[in-house]
Amino acid sequence: MALIETGDDVLVVAAKTKVADDVVSLVLQRRDGGRLPDWTPGAHLDLVLPDGTTRQYSLHGDPREAAAYRIAVLREAEGSGGSRYVHDELREGDLVRFGGPRNNFRLTPAPAFAFVAGGIGITPMLPMLRAASLLGSDWRLLYLGRSRSRMAFVDELAGYGDRVTVRASDEVGPTDIRSWLESGPDAAAPAETKFYACGPTRLIEAISELAAERRPGWTRVERFAAADRGEPARTTAFDVDVIGTGRSIRVVPGVPVADALRSAGFDLLTSCSRGVCGTCETRVVAGVPDHRDSILDDAERVDGTCFFPCVSRAKSDRLVISL
Amino acid sequence: MTTRTPPFATAIPTTDEDPFSQEVLADPLPFQHRLREAGEVVLLERYGVFAMGRYETVRAALLDWQGFESSVGVGITDFRSEAPWRPPSLLLEADPPHHDAPRSVLEKILGPRELRELAPRWQADAEGLVDEVLGQGLEFDAVEAFAEAFPLRVFPDAVGIPAEGREHLLPYGDHLFNSFGPENFLVQHGAPHIGEHSAWVNAQCLRDRLSPGGFGSGIWAAADRGDLTAAQAPLVVRSLLSAGVDTTVHAIGAVLHAFATHPEAWAQLRSQPGLARVAFDEAIRLEAPVQTFFRTTTRDIELGGVRIPARSKILMFLGSANSDPRRWTDPERFDLSRDPSGHVGFGMGIHQCVGQHVARLEATSLITALARRVASVQLIGTPERHLNNTLRAWKRMPMRVELA
Repeated sequence: MALIETGDDVLVVAAKTKVADDVVSLVLQRRDGGRLPDWTPGAHLDLVLPDGTTRQYSLHGDPREAAAYRIAVLREAEGSGGSRYVHDELREGDLVRFGGPRNNFRLTPAPAFAFVAGGIGITPMLPMLRAASLLGSDWRLLYLGRSRSRMAFVDELAGYGDRVTVRASDEVGPTDIRSWLESGPDAAAPAETKFYACGPTRLIEAISELAAERRPGWTRVERFAAADRGEPARTTAFDVDVIGTGRSIRVVPGVPVADALRSAGFDLLTSCSRGVCGTCETRVVAGVPDHRDSILDDAERVDGTCFFPCVSRAKSDRLVISL
Repeated sequence: MTTRTPPFATAIPTTDEDPFSQEVLADPLPFQHRLREAGEVVLLERYGVFAMGRYETVRAALLDWQGFESSVGVGITDFRSEAPWRPPSLLLEADPPHHDAPRSVLEKILGPRELRELAPRWQADAEGLVDEVLGQGLEFDAVEAFAEAFPLRVFPDAVGIPAEGREHLLPYGDHLFNSFGPENFLVQHGAPHIGEHSAWVNAQCLRDRLSPGGFGSGIWAAADRGDLTAAQAPLVVRSLLSAGVDTTVHAIGAVLHAFATHPEAWAQLRSQPGLARVAFDEAIRLEAPVQTFFRTTTRDIELGGVRIPARSKILMFLGSANSDPRRWTDPERFDLSRDPSGHVGFGMGIHQCVGQHVARLEATSLITALARRVASVQLIGTPERHLNNTLRAWKRMPMRVELA
């Protein structure tokens, strides 16, 4: 295993605790116990494991805690190894690196919130609930899971009383999100209530259907897995012009734009390489992007000025970007 | 300065000097030196508030928003016991989580990427202004001709407010920054007219006053997307008009004064125009157009052997931190070979000036345009200070230039 050297981005695993079946929570601190970069509810951290794997995890602690990051990691049987490493190999006292935090899932102000969490999707919700309380907003949470023993932080949520509804499908069967949404005290003024959801793809898809009936921007979601965007829009090569450099880079099928740019000598930072984290955000000046990320919402996609070259491609023959 | 024991657990360095007196405001450096030497934390007896002037202490406190809050006011007034004179700022006078959404909206609108489109326009505007001024003669008051004229020419347009009434902007900002201090001669001087300035500023924050494509309409668009509430939008626009004009005017005054008094730096800039950005930040470090802000302790805090009780006001001397010899070599020298990174002239942490990229672009556009046409800059008379409880500023700066 590669030895992690010194650096401003090194954290020590100060605690590793099982918080549910197949879920561990990590407390990460600087070795000198110093302040960490600030973050806001909904933010995630890039965790760089000793084997070089990088994964994104939502911060579930309290932003007022200046010297620790808390993340919770679900063991994913089909995952690519990051979660398995955290569960089986990573020990208290081990060193990891971090990037970020970044926030693609910001809590925006509203008089009332309806939060829906599926499984480990509870993590970004925890700081949001605290923030919503501090903001004086009314809020409710629907927390869905397969079975109670696999659902993290249920005890902690009990302190919020009947604002929180926990439903495990092995106890009560499937839950109809629509009827939950329409049953609360905020349902009388749905135009005011903001709807936040985090969970696996099928939960997000169910939410997106409901969102289509609502005011744009009043529903915000974060999915863990990258959305399957199907095949690229074009099967032929296209050109990417980097404005201000006079250079045009040919991108052939199968090669990510980010790789093509780097091969051509451009300095471009990427992290997740899956269109989830937002590190490589780039501006589109001309041309039509084929957005293949999981970050932009529909309005931003149509707007077409923002582009994630780690996964996104072009529909037009030429894309002009600004790095 | 003396040391006294009660009512505090540890002996605390104490001074009866008044940092808001005419004498200290006119030349704060000797006072700031005494403050730094007296200790990490000093009690300002006259006001019953604490002060800090050393770089490391100020920087650490600015970062620690959890221990040093802003939402009860960043002036001497504690909003818990005394009503603020205007509705508090959603940025400057707010803490997380209330601070989060307005901050993230403005970070995006005022971010370097968004400003790229403005850069060529402002460069052309700066060249236009330089040609106009130099066309009328080679001697001028640099405050009026450039420091005030350029921001007033480009910034209100970038926000998108109408042309009429812009003369309210500078006196509004001036009074706002005075109002962070005690109710002294400066506040009393501004108070009689603040109602009309304030009413005008507030009226420009409404959606229908703001032209499309500007920062202001960008803020309203964020409200339409749900990133802010409609009630927050005008207050966020107000922040641009409050904190974006006087500060930049005095920052440009600072950089022009620095060049006029350091001819070798001007020669260096002319041979390396890329130094414009360093020059601007070095001038901000040296002059700190925003000299001070207060914070309030959220709990008992132990610093340099002194226990500061919870709910105490602390005056942070940004300018003093920027000239602390513990951090900076030859701090009083304007030095383009220095790396000014880390100065606290824009603050530090979650409240660090969100408009700094705008200010930097304004200033570098102007000094780049000047450097193209002007071979040397000199003062032709003693410049006159403009006093403000928070800002370090020039009122008049008689200058002569030689064309290249």
